[in-house]
Formats: sequence, C-alpha cells, structure tokens
Amino acid sequence: MSNVQIMTGNQAAAIGAKLSNVQVVAAYPITPQSQLAEIISQYIEGGELKAEYVRVEGEHSALTVCISASTVGARVFTATSANGLLYMHEQLHWAAGSRLPIVMCCVNRGVGAPWTIFNDQQDSISQRDTGWIQIYCRNNQEILDTIIQAYRIAEEVYAPVMVCYDGFVLSHTMMPVDIPDPEKARDFLPPYQAHTILSPEDPRTLNPVLFPNRRANSAGVLCDGYMEMRYKLQAALERSPAVIEETSRRFAEVFGRDHGGLSWGYRREDAELVMTGMGSVASEAMQAADILREEGIKAGVVGIRVFRPFPAKHLKEAFRGVKGIVIFEKGISYGYEGALCSDLKAAFYGSEHQVPVHSYIAGLGGRDVKARELADAARASWQEMQSGIAEKPTTWLNCYTG
Amino acid sequence: MTTKKDDSISAMCTVAIGEAGETGDWRSLRPVINHAKCIPSIKKKSACFLCWLYCPEGVIKAAIPVEIDLDYCKGCGVCAEECPAKAITMVREGEDDE
Repeated sequence: MSNVQIMTGNQAAAIGAKLSNVQVVAAYPITPQSQLAEIISQYIEGGELKAEYVRVEGEHSALTVCISASTVGARVFTATSANGLLYMHEQLHWAAGSRLPIVMCCVNRGVGAPWTIFNDQQDSISQRDTGWIQIYCRNNQEILDTIIQAYRIAEEVYAPVMVCYDGFVLSHTMMPVDIPDPEKARDFLPPYQAHTILSPEDPRTLNPVLFPNRRANSAGVLCDGYMEMRYKLQAALERSPAVIEETSRRFAEVFGRDHGGLSWGYRREDAELVMTGMGSVASEAMQAADILREEGIKAGVVGIRVFRPFPAKHLKEAFRGVKGIVIFEKGISYGYEGALCSDLKAAFYGSEHQVPVHSYIAGLGGRDVKARELADAARASWQEMQSGIAEKPTTWLNCYTG
Repeated sequence: MTTKKDDSISAMCTVAIGEAGETGDWRSLRPVINHAKCIPSIKKKSACFLCWLYCPEGVIKAAIPVEIDLDYCKGCGVCAEECPAKAITMVREGEDDE
C-alpha cells in the first residue's frame, strides 16, 4: 500500500534519514543550513527518531562529530550546503581516509564570492577529489530513496556518500513522494558493523602518522604505509559501481522504484542527440527532448546519477551509438571547463566511438534554466555538429558575456 | 621477526613501546644527567621528578637515579629546560659527554 504525501526535497531527505534509523546527527543550524537539519531536530525532540542530535559551532565540527560517532559504530547523518561544505573540506578527506560510512546531504548551492544563496552545483563539484561517493538526485522521491540506498552502499563499501540535490529547485519545491514502509526500510538496511578495532583489552591508536614505507609494528605485523592505505580507498571506490547498481536493483525489488544505478535514460533507445547532466538540470532536459522530438530531432537524455566514482565504463555503454552529446552543467572547473565534460570526454579516449561533445554552463547562482532554453542550445549544437563542428568552446547559457 | 600482513582498511596501531620505530634515531641533541646535581639523587628519595613529568615522550623513568631511555628520546630538551637544579645538559650527538 502506498503512502504518498506532498513534500519538499528537504522533508523527503529528513524522512529518508529517519527511515534509515540514524543514531547520531550533527549539524550547524545557521546559514548555509537548510530546513533539513531543523526537521530532523524536530523528529528527535518529538521522540519520533531515537537519535543523539549534536548542535555544533560550525560545519568542520559537524563532520568531526560524525567521524567520531561513526568510528565507534553509530549510523550518522549530517547536511550542509555551499560554503558550509567547503568549511568541512579537511574533514571530508578525513572521513573518506578513515573509511567511515557517513551519509551527508549536500543541498547544492553556489559558493561565494560574490555572495549567493541560490542553486548551482559548484559546492559539491569542488569536493570531487575527497574520496566521497557522490550521487545526484533529480526529484524528491529520489532524494528519499537515495538516502536509504546510500547507507547500504556506504556500509558495504566503507566509504562516505554525499547525496546531492539542487537547492530551491528541489529542496524547497513540493512534489508527491511515496514514503516507504519503516519495517521494509529497516529490513533493507542491515545493522552497521564498524571496522575499527575498539576494545579496552586491545587498545589502538587510530590514524597515527604513517611513514612513507610499509613497516612492521612492535608485534611484527607488516603495516601499510600511507600509499597503501590510500590505494585501498581508491580500490574500494573502483569496485563500488557494482555495489551501487546492485543496491539500486535490490531497492527496486523491495520498493518498486528504480532510479537507475549509475545513470538513467529518457527516450534514449533511438536517440542520436543526447543531452546529459546531473540533478534537476538533467530532469529538465527530458522536457527539452520532448520539444526536439516534436521538431523531428531524435533527442534523448542520459542523466548521470553517480559522479564519483566516475562510471566511465558504464557511460561508454550508456552513450553507445549516439551522434552528438550536449552537456549542461551547474558548475565549472575554473580555468578549464565543466568537470563532467572533461570526465565524459576522457571516458571516450582511445575508444572507437568518437562523438562530438558540446558543453554548456547553465544556471549558476540560481539563474533559471528553462526546458525551452536547453532545447534551443541543444538544437544549435546539433546543427553545428552536423556541419562538422565537433568541438567548440564552452558556452555560458543565458549569460551576457560581452 | 615474522611478518604477518595487516588487513585493516583504516590506519590503526597498537599501543606499544617501539610502535613507531626507535625514534631515538631522530635525535641530534642528547640529554646528559649530572647526578651530583639531580635532586632525587642528592636527597635519595622520590622528589622533584619534573623531567619525568614534563617529558613529552614519556621516556624518563622516575627512579633513583633518574633514567632516560635513549632508544626513544627524541632530544627535544624540555627536561633540560625544566630541571630546577640544572642537572641536565643537552650535548650534540657524536660529541663527548664531558
């Protein structure tokens, strides 16, 4: 039996955390925080969620509390946005290097300067290399479901997961969301088993300084050096796409909803021109595909759900046979191009499938991106691609660049 | 020494002497105690032991006479700085004590 309610993305995320039976939540309550942390504090205060809520003085501390609680075996949750996420940067690396299955929502917003409170994805894109798994959601249902999935992925891979969703476009927009049955959610998530050795009889120092080389400890056990520990993190992330896909498949079996494991497609089967992006901009591109289809252009969408680990092998398959790719990104690697654009082009390197890729930067700092504008951009690129322009400089969509 | 492989996925070390290797190798200055000035040695009873209290490495034994474990002493000189009797002097490694 379904239990559909109308709610914002923030409410959906809070319910996702509640259904995951999180035990410790740490959050900084002021800007750039979202309503998400407030809703969870109400659940805990009202006794709906049996968890410890730790109010801290900043985001660096919020994640530090999560790291400590996760180390001792608690399922933890936090949320932040924009400059708050940047303030966590050091601890993001620390959480991943400690292999802690922390789940955090990043309610995507632009970063200052100049000051903005509005949506783009520069915040999480800037944290790309911290060793976190990043999943981008396209609607409120997917936010709720992805948080439950994220704990299962994190606790199997032993890596933290950032569930990203667009600020305002999703966080403050109401949509119908089917709330999963709490018992089913509980069954879907086995209890978290901490991997750290925590025993008064066998005490350990966690994360001591490691020397450049492997070294035997006082008991004669050959311990990894820094590089080996870092390689283990990378190897775990490289194996994680299979876990993400399997989790998505299992979730679909239990709850009847499949959001796509690593990516999703719309009118993709016979599409020649494929628009791609992450989060709500990819969602909007579905409508643009409909517009282009009416004009006779065989357009479709591949929405990229998982940005790290970058599913290069999977995406080569997802874009098989397409004749043109148009990327819309709400962030940029300043001084070069969109981060997704670089990664996607690199995925095709050396393969027989050489496809023109045009890149658009769109919707920075909350500038509205309409389906019609995406369709216009994709149509213009499609015409250029057909006249042989495979490459062109990144276009800033709907921006006065004179 | 047998070498068993450590399979842990995050860095952990046991709490044991020598866990980080013989850190005394790092030393460029060596503490040398003059027991004729050292208060516990003079009074022949447990007294002072400020060197033991201040040593950041915990390598000083509060014994009579006071002992410093040079296998792990990094030569920071805190003991010499704190000693009220000026019984400890820091001597460059490779040079004579006297």
